[in-house]
Amino acid sequence: MKCEEISKELVGYLDRRANSAERQQVEEHLLECAACRTRAEEFRGVWNMLEELPAIEPSLGFDARVRERVAAEPQRRWLWGFVPQPRLAFAVALLLLLSIGVAKFPQRNVGTPTAVAAVNETEQFQEIKDLPVLENYEVLTKFDALSELTPAEAPSGKGQSSETND
Amino acid sequence: MARTDVQLMLDVKAGDEASFEFLLRKYRSPLVNFLYRMVRDTAQAEDLAQEVFLRVYRVRQDYSPSAKFTTWLFRIATNLALNSVRDNRYRKLETSIDAPESNQEDAAPRELPAREMRIDEHLLEQDRVAFIRRTIEKLPEKQRAAVLLHKYEEMDYAEIAKVLQCSESALKSLLFRAYETLRVELAPLAGHQVGQQLGQRTGQQVPQRAGEGRLS
Repeated sequence: MKCEEISKELVGYLDRRANSAERQQVEEHLLECAACRTRAEEFRGVWNMLEELPAIEPSLGFDARVRERVAAEPQRRWLWGFVPQPRLAFAVALLLLLSIGVAKFPQRNVGTPTAVAAVNETEQFQEIKDLPVLENYEVLTKFDALSELTPAEAPSGKGQSSETND
Repeated sequence: MARTDVQLMLDVKAGDEASFEFLLRKYRSPLVNFLYRMVRDTAQAEDLAQEVFLRVYRVRQDYSPSAKFTTWLFRIATNLALNSVRDNRYRKLETSIDAPESNQEDAAPRELPAREMRIDEHLLEQDRVAFIRRTIEKLPEKQRAAVLLHKYEEMDYAEIAKVLQCSESALKSLLFRAYETLRVELAPLAGHQVGQQLGQRTGQQVPQRAGEGRLS
């Protein structure tokens, strides 16, 4: 074991919390390494110094102040008392809200006023776009003539169709 | 048969106010001391300790014994202390431009000497204690909390790691770095008493080669 590796185990060795294998490793290293031995001694010295710090006692009114603060806590309402776990109540409320949201979602796409307005606008635009065609009488008559052609005459040839158009 | 802390807390959950009183009496002193060593102000330490008990009471309905009671209790205390230390530091930064830094020794409580001492001895002792306190205070907050839980609360590594929310391996490194810093910073005091006290507490001897004296 190297000096760097011992660093993690040294405290555990000194406070006797290391397991026997770790203890043995540290001991073997300490026998060989004077610097780590010195450090170990000084760590123990530090612990002894820390024990020189005297403990303090809580003031006489400590318990009374805790009781006061506890008593000042808002009591649960009687209805809230039936709810065993606030987190559970919150989860149930969230689930309900989500369910309502999901149930209403398809209706939004079909019947909302914004969707209807969008459809109307599209139809009006198409009518305006078609106006020049509707106003051109010649185009419309040719359109009618084409519609009168029977399906049997269509494949007969180019010439016939050009005659009809004329 | 004495009830465990977990059982007491479960009784508090069931509405037993007496169990809460019992826990209050049992842990008020360790908590106040731990918090005092974290924030170095008795009034603030007491206020924080009260807040810990208040939080225990508030969340009693949600309590589930997933860890040792002390782990849970000191985790609340540590989080409060760390927040308080950070708040204090920002407050100091804000006021340091306009006002001189307050003398923190004013906040230290009066501690009676352990035995009869001459006045000069007492002053020396006070200086020494103040120096040790300041050195601990200079440690980074998490290292300080680790040292306090390890040295004064005597928690095992797994418990401290849970309180500080880190791995045991990280905790061992944290403790080593903290004690290494203390070793260097407290070296000026080591000459007086450390030599006399070595081995007194644990009775364990660091292995030495035959013929070697105490290493300096």
